[in-house]
Amino acid sequence: MANFSKSTVPQFSVEVYQNEYLPEGGREVNAIVTVTSTGGGTTGGVPLTGASARPATPPGQGPDAAVVIMVDCSGSMDYPPTKMRNARDATSAAIDTLRDGVAFAVVAGTHVAKEVYPGNGGLAVADSATRAEARNALRKLSAGGGTAIGTWLRLADRLLSSADVSIRHGILLTDGRNEHEKPEDLRAALDACAGRFTCDARGVGTDWVVKEVTGIASAMLGTADIVADPAGLAADFTEMMENAMGKEVADVALRLWTPVGVEIKFVKQVAPTVEELTERRTDANPRAGDYPTGSWGDESRDYHVSVQVPEAGVGQEMLAARVSLILPAADGTSQVLSQGLVRAVWTDDMAASTSINPQVAHYTGQAELAQVIQQGLEARKSGDFDGATAKLGRAVQLASDSGNADTAKLLSKVVDVVDAATGTVRLKAKVADADEMTLETRSTKTVRVKK
Amino acid sequence: MHQPTALSRCPSCEEPLESGDLFCGACGYDLSAVPPPPDDHPTIVINGAPAPAGTASGAAQAEARQGHAGHSGPAHAGGAVDWPSAAGTDGTATPAPVHLPGELPGLDSTGVPLSGHTSAGYGSAPSPAHAPASDFELPAPAMPAGAPPHVTDLPSADPADPRTAPPAVPAGTKLCVACRAGHVDTDGYCENCGHAQPRERDHLEQELDAVAAVSDRGLRHHRNEDAFAVSSAALPDGSPAVIAIVCDGVSSATRPDEASAAASSAANEVLLAALPLGTHPQQAMHEAIVAAAEAVNLLAARPGRDDGHEAAHRAQNAPACTIVGAVVASGLLVIGWVGDSRAYWVPDDRTGPPARLTEDDSWAAQMVAAGLMNEAEAYADERAHAITGWLGADAYELEPHTASFKPDRSGVVVVCTDGLWNYAESPQEMARALPPDAAQQPLRSAQVLVGHALDGGGHDNVTVALLPFAVPQQGAGSAYSTA
Repeated sequence: MANFSKSTVPQFSVEVYQNEYLPEGGREVNAIVTVTSTGGGTTGGVPLTGASARPATPPGQGPDAAVVIMVDCSGSMDYPPTKMRNARDATSAAIDTLRDGVAFAVVAGTHVAKEVYPGNGGLAVADSATRAEARNALRKLSAGGGTAIGTWLRLADRLLSSADVSIRHGILLTDGRNEHEKPEDLRAALDACAGRFTCDARGVGTDWVVKEVTGIASAMLGTADIVADPAGLAADFTEMMENAMGKEVADVALRLWTPVGVEIKFVKQVAPTVEELTERRTDANPRAGDYPTGSWGDESRDYHVSVQVPEAGVGQEMLAARVSLILPAADGTSQVLSQGLVRAVWTDDMAASTSINPQVAHYTGQAELAQVIQQGLEARKSGDFDGATAKLGRAVQLASDSGNADTAKLLSKVVDVVDAATGTVRLKAKVADADEMTLETRSTKTVRVKK
Repeated sequence: MHQPTALSRCPSCEEPLESGDLFCGACGYDLSAVPPPPDDHPTIVINGAPAPAGTASGAAQAEARQGHAGHSGPAHAGGAVDWPSAAGTDGTATPAPVHLPGELPGLDSTGVPLSGHTSAGYGSAPSPAHAPASDFELPAPAMPAGAPPHVTDLPSADPADPRTAPPAVPAGTKLCVACRAGHVDTDGYCENCGHAQPRERDHLEQELDAVAAVSDRGLRHHRNEDAFAVSSAALPDGSPAVIAIVCDGVSSATRPDEASAAASSAANEVLLAALPLGTHPQQAMHEAIVAAAEAVNLLAARPGRDDGHEAAHRAQNAPACTIVGAVVASGLLVIGWVGDSRAYWVPDDRTGPPARLTEDDSWAAQMVAAGLMNEAEAYADERAHAITGWLGADAYELEPHTASFKPDRSGVVVVCTDGLWNYAESPQEMARALPPDAAQQPLRSAQVLVGHALDGGGHDNVTVALLPFAVPQQGAGSAYSTA
């Protein structure tokens, strides 16, 4: 059901959580910035389901979006053959979820990228006829060849750029290692495509490389996940497509203004997943830089901003950073959607300056959780079992403290938890590949502070 | 009744007027001010000073004018003459105190030191000083019964002046006071170096005819959480009553600045309403403190400005503050307080002993009172300054303390927060810090006391109000009532 009581123009709000009080000589200012966009989707946050999704588009207002689905068709997709069949079914389910009027295409990926539908170098516009044609075309999909994901992305970019839409999104499915092009080629393709469209990436089975898939999603500001059982593909594709259909505004940037003398230590997205953004800054003007956040529907994300301010005397107060959400316009100007202030106040009240903001503490813990999981799994792979036990033990402790139940559950498949509170664990002797990869892929998923 | 206007258009905004209008219907311009009614010199002084516009101050003045217009003109002149003479009759031993009441309308004596302050940068000070001085005398002799409610409004015209003045200054873009390179953005921070700009409340001064107050942020706190209110009213018999309220926001609570501002203005308003009705000053002070407590309690219920900025441990606490007030009326000195803000008595003749008039609601004071520690030990303890009484929703029990004094000599009442008395704890120290001519120059003396605290380190917000107290002389009282 469409929720017409809500405006379809997204409203952004910014909230800043911090302890602004610094002791004498204190320089580090941390803040959690919660950005919430409402009214972006027409669903009011209610997930779209199958066919009922289509009438959700307000009459007379075509969806301003284009989607390209990239399906891995390398030879390995036939081992077992259910993989190819499920990929076909999943793509078909995703196409069913497309709203009328959305431009779309399907690409078959091997060591080269091939257009499957519509096949004319452009995009088709979704309606019942084109959806049926697309499903027909999917039957032609067969496994055979290598894997060169960079070529798939470049083709998707070409196709998406042929449409004059504001939301451009890709869905990429792979089952194996990107072994038919150099890592630099993929890197270059990602650099070329980043910011031009957003892309979700999925690994199916257990023969793919977690770092490759999460790297693609991260660069393309999308999500990464594992679909260990090919039978789960259709549901996952449907969900991804629904998510994409909910996006209403693209190319939103987080702009960070800092005064003279303030050094930015890091900028991270910390919810729903940990994403390092520090290096992705583009200078907007001498005092401000923009960090990409991709496209937004009805959702809320948290960012952790850490800056180092110049020393100042007790009693002084300064603006350490101004965080704003920016929507760039075609003419080079930009629209400020919302903003929040990060302040620094020096005090000799020790009670004030020594307390840590609960949000900052929580997300510092969540970021550490993601890090120790990755380090622990790395150590385990390299045979450093003591190191792995220590790291994963700490991860269990953090996950339990912060109430990150999903991650705690994934961890319990890799280690035997003796005492979660102290982080005492034993490595499991035998761990299923799927469990380990799931843990690694989802290590960056965070939970919010219990309020 | 004056015929207020022969004008057909408002002199300020050119809006057409109707006859009988007291103010312009469009901009609120005070029309009675324009054509000077017979012998209405004080009015001109007032209106000449703060540019009358449709602002808060304009409204306040308007009220004043209203009361004014209702009374017969000649009475004012009589009052103007009466006041100095009433005070002047008692020129016995101490010439300085003798002139105390007299100096108020006597612009010559105050005018000189005031202009000195003006050049020091407090531009709005002189005009209010003149204005109420001349206004104050109006009702006293004229209408002992009917006038007071109006009279009490007069002082409120003064606080309006400093408030309306600053916004006029930063109209355009202002240069940052810290780096001198960037402009100040709309949030009050420098767009270049990010430094917060001084707020209006960082340093406040106010002077009425018989009371002056100064409040300063100090050197170690990032904002001023103290607040004060000073005003003067008239008792039913026409004799003056002078009021000073000082409040200190509790830093460990949320929004302490709002608490102190709410408490001081609520207490002031109660006193201004009660005293002219004949309420005993001590009873009025008690009621004022209860009203102040209620005003602070209300803040706890009402969500204030964004608490997201407050550290989490603060957000839990209800706004709270201390209060100390003093009223000088008909030869009585009434003090009321909750918390550790204090009042001191310093006689003009410094050979007499100064005294502290309040007993702190603090851990140290309780220890001393209970005989568990001596004063030195108690104040050396780190818990010394923990207060045991305050205004706020989380106060255990409100116990307003009030005390009434009848000084037998002239002196000055120092009403202050701990930001000052931390640097002049004993009455003797306070007396040493207070300039000898404090009774004549209350504003300058209050500035000196604040300077004393800043020189000492300025670890807290500093607020001090000075009320000169002159012993009513025989005949003076009857002079008021018979005028």
